Amino acid sequence: MGVDAGATPSRGMSRRGLLGLAGATAAGIGLGVAGDRAAIAATGGTEPSVAATYPFYGEHQAGIVTPAQDRLHFAAFDLAADADTADLTALLKDWTAAAAAMSAGKDIGDFGAVSGPYDAPPEDTGEALGLAPAGLTITFGFGPTLFETTDGVDRFGIADRRPAELVDLPHFPGDLLEDGRSGGDLCIQACSNDPQVAVHAIRNLSRIAFGRAVLRWSQLGFGRTSSTSTSQATPRNLFGFKDGTANIKAEQPSTVDEQVWVSKEDGAAWLAGGSYLVARRIRMTIETWDRTILSEQESIFGRNKGEGAPLSGGTEFTEPDFHLAGRGDAPLIADTAHMRLAHPSHNDGRMLLRRGYNFVDGNDALGRLDAGLFFISFQRSPEQFTRIQLNLARHDALNEYIRHVGSALFAVPPGASAGGFVGETLLD
Amino acid sequence: MLTRLPLILLVTAIVPLGLSGCVANTSAADTTHEALTVDSSSESCTVSASDAPAGNVSFTVTNSGNQVTEFYLLGDDQLRIVGEVENIGPGLTRDLVVQLGAGDYFTSCKPGMVGAGIGTAPFTVTKSEAARTVDTDLAAQVESANANYASYVKDQVAQLVTGTDAFASAYLAGDDDAARTLYAPTRAHWERVETIAESFGDLDPKLDLREADLEEGQEWTGWHAIEKDLWPAEAEPGFAAYTPLKRQHLAELLVADTKTLHSNVQDLSFTLSEQTNGAIGLLDEVATGKVTGEEEFWSHTDLWDFQANVDGAKVLYAGVREIVIETDADLADTLDAEFDELQALLDTQRVDDGFALYTELTPAEIKAFSDQVNALGEPLNKLTATLVL
Repeated sequence: MGVDAGATPSRGMSRRGLLGLAGATAAGIGLGVAGDRAAIAATGGTEPSVAATYPFYGEHQAGIVTPAQDRLHFAAFDLAADADTADLTALLKDWTAAAAAMSAGKDIGDFGAVSGPYDAPPEDTGEALGLAPAGLTITFGFGPTLFETTDGVDRFGIADRRPAELVDLPHFPGDLLEDGRSGGDLCIQACSNDPQVAVHAIRNLSRIAFGRAVLRWSQLGFGRTSSTSTSQATPRNLFGFKDGTANIKAEQPSTVDEQVWVSKEDGAAWLAGGSYLVARRIRMTIETWDRTILSEQESIFGRNKGEGAPLSGGTEFTEPDFHLAGRGDAPLIADTAHMRLAHPSHNDGRMLLRRGYNFVDGNDALGRLDAGLFFISFQRSPEQFTRIQLNLARHDALNEYIRHVGSALFAVPPGASAGGFVGETLLD
Repeated sequence: MLTRLPLILLVTAIVPLGLSGCVANTSAADTTHEALTVDSSSESCTVSASDAPAGNVSFTVTNSGNQVTEFYLLGDDQLRIVGEVENIGPGLTRDLVVQLGAGDYFTSCKPGMVGAGIGTAPFTVTKSEAARTVDTDLAAQVESANANYASYVKDQVAQLVTGTDAFASAYLAGDDDAARTLYAPTRAHWERVETIAESFGDLDPKLDLREADLEEGQEWTGWHAIEKDLWPAEAEPGFAAYTPLKRQHLAELLVADTKTLHSNVQDLSFTLSEQTNGAIGLLDEVATGKVTGEEEFWSHTDLWDFQANVDGAKVLYAGVREIVIETDADLADTLDAEFDELQALLDTQRVDDGFALYTELTPAEIKAFSDQVNALGEPLNKLTATLVL
């Protein structure tokens, strides 16, 4: 293929190094600090919650329990019609090397963005030059159609390794899914505190894939809507409410093990240490929401808008009391409140590690902002999501203001070790 | 154009405590309000001041006790409720914003929500130039508005029952042309009182569920299931016309469920906020389902529903309009004008006894509808706060 990203990430050109050559080492460090400051300002936290860099290689892929960065570029790909198993393996190796380099703040390839043969196109597209990685993580996943097309074709000889749970999510009441925003053979989640760094990652990985895989759909996200670490303040969604107060946090290792990571005993041995990623593009009709009276807004969420405290009292992290009744013996947290229906106590203990982002993609033909939540969750089994989402789709008072228009499920393989590649356990 | 209304509610401006009586001096066009705080504990009900100038007054009530609490502002007889906030959980804070005329009032808290209030204390509202006089005896108007609306709901549902019987008969007899003709005009009776019909949680899905709202394995019944059978042109490949047995099943359910709805609405009565929120809810239905053409997915008769939702909202508004004129004449003017503009737009799409199909509208025409729904929706959603103090 035209682009060899190189197997050894250490050969990548460091963007910090470039700055150093320009005599601006201090400025480079300054950028990293500034990035952290931006993260602090955005979250209201008191300490840096997102590190400058995260290691790409490890037991689990980065970008799952990693403290949620502020920006997202998510992309789904389809393998080319003529791609074979060798192409898939080579693509994953190239993606792994490039992702490791970019996570470390390096250009991809031997020569990077501005060096190399003068008569050749640069290996790296270059828009991240001079930018710190700002906590960049790149996470890969495999969709159901990678294992078997909807026509039942086993293109890569891996149909027998497909986990039983890796099938399209069921139709939920109210779903208005668009094919062009749903599904995909492969996915990449790129998160960073710098939007240009996240876009740079998807752009270069798409370029590496040309001829082997093509972009099916992609989604930009600004403003994380969940905290995945207790060091982070709870952010707000576009309804103006704190969302994900009760999310799984990295500091709860036993919960993470129980709810997020696939274990060896779960069925597909190659997926042990991995997870399942659910992506849902949830359009919000914010114009209607914005003229909804405050008491109804709070009653729909089951929390107050200011602090995010449950309506049963206390402060944000007070456990909700679902039985506490007010006037007329009606529960203070309504039966149809979003928070009640999503709570583990109403879903047989099932939890999700949510990692979603707000989006505004211009506007629609009616002059309404095309705004919403790009929901991402990681869970040990898709059944956790299905159970909770069915509960919400049936009863959630919020349904009047949202539409699920995109949906995808991916198996997220375990992390790779240096010298290996993501997906090695599936394809070796 | 949307008129910027001189209505500022639930504003939590911070006025330093201990400076009660000092309202920021701004031009008369601005709404100012006196900001007071209330601490409701298990033993006491402490208001930051015992007097305020007439006009808008906000009480920011904090529940520092360990039970659910309520705060009341009572009239001089200590019985009439001038304003209240309820269901304040322990540790939470909520605002009560009221427009008060000069006079004697009482403040009181009710932790635990039972028994007589505690910490009941006199509260004096002094004359002020800025304050408008408030008619404190609106009870009769509210009463008559409620009675009128209850009659309207009953009448619409009665017509729905008659229309549904005729529709079901035509459908059962295989007279599809007649059924198609009756479909939209009959559903108009449903759409006019849609928010009431929807309040019966079990009936609404049986009667009005769209195909996308189904969950896997759930049986599809009601108007839209029949709609697809009557307008199958855009159905998915392989869609088969319903068998006579299925037609009979769906028609009988439709008739029976509509009869249940009819008996359910016989003893309804409505509070003022249920009426105003009903009008708001009907326009929200237009904004989310009808303007987008999602409601009548197969027949494309969305404009019939659109008109019916607007009819229902207008009836609700007309019922309280006299009260709005007394409390906020500007708001009434705006609502009158925006309702008229929306109706003018709808009138341009009239065809014979009905309307153009949604699929016949140009994108510009749809956009104009959407814009006007927003123009009406913003002031309309202020009704509840304006009337229910």
